[in-house]
Amino acid sequence: MPTTQDLKDRIETALPGATAEVEDLTGGGDHFRAEVVSQRFAGLTRIERHQLVYGVFGDEVGGPIHALSIKAQTPEEEQT
Amino acid sequence: MTSEEIRTFVEKAIADNDVMLFMKGTPEEPRCGFSARTVAALNGLNARYAALDILPDPRIKQELVAVSGWPTSPQLFIDGKLVGGCDIVMEMYETGELAEALGVEQPDEDETPDVAAADPPATTAPLGIENRL
Repeated sequence: MPTTQDLKDRIETALPGATAEVEDLTGGGDHFRAEVVSQRFAGLTRIERHQLVYGVFGDEVGGPIHALSIKAQTPEEEQT
Repeated sequence: MTSEEIRTFVEKAIADNDVMLFMKGTPEEPRCGFSARTVAALNGLNARYAALDILPDPRIKQELVAVSGWPTSPQLFIDGKLVGGCDIVMEMYETGELAEALGVEQPDEDETPDVAAADPPATTAPLGIENRL
């Protein structure tokens, strides 16, 4: 069962320079919320940003990771 | 029904309905909090939309994911294009972009329902495409 730390580490490894805050929404290890800040999101649509984060986990999203709620911002957007 | 037929059905639903929501449960009885919030946002804008429950057959979700490349539900399509799931729909609702994409008026601030908690208003009658799967 993935932990919030696993998800945080994997996002931050896959997106160098990103910071991720991951919360387990239900405590059950399968519904997560990730707030990710990365320069990589600049110029991307919402869909593309979310796909970038989903892409870190491949088939696990929708599988063992039943739900992954995402907030994806650039460092500049996070400031505002 | 074969998987190919389900895929064709999903593709046709996206093509034929200007606003197409794939969700868990129905607009009247969502079976997942994310689907419920998405429905509440659409209902809050009095949007007309078609909805399909993906739960009756696991192959519906498989084929939907294959068609859209998006791994989770709900999934909202406007004019044949994937808009996103619950997070994106809620962000767009809050910024007014969802109303714009739907071509509807954003309600005045003080009339805005609390979509996180709101039940779908009974007066809204979504097109609700018949689940023929």
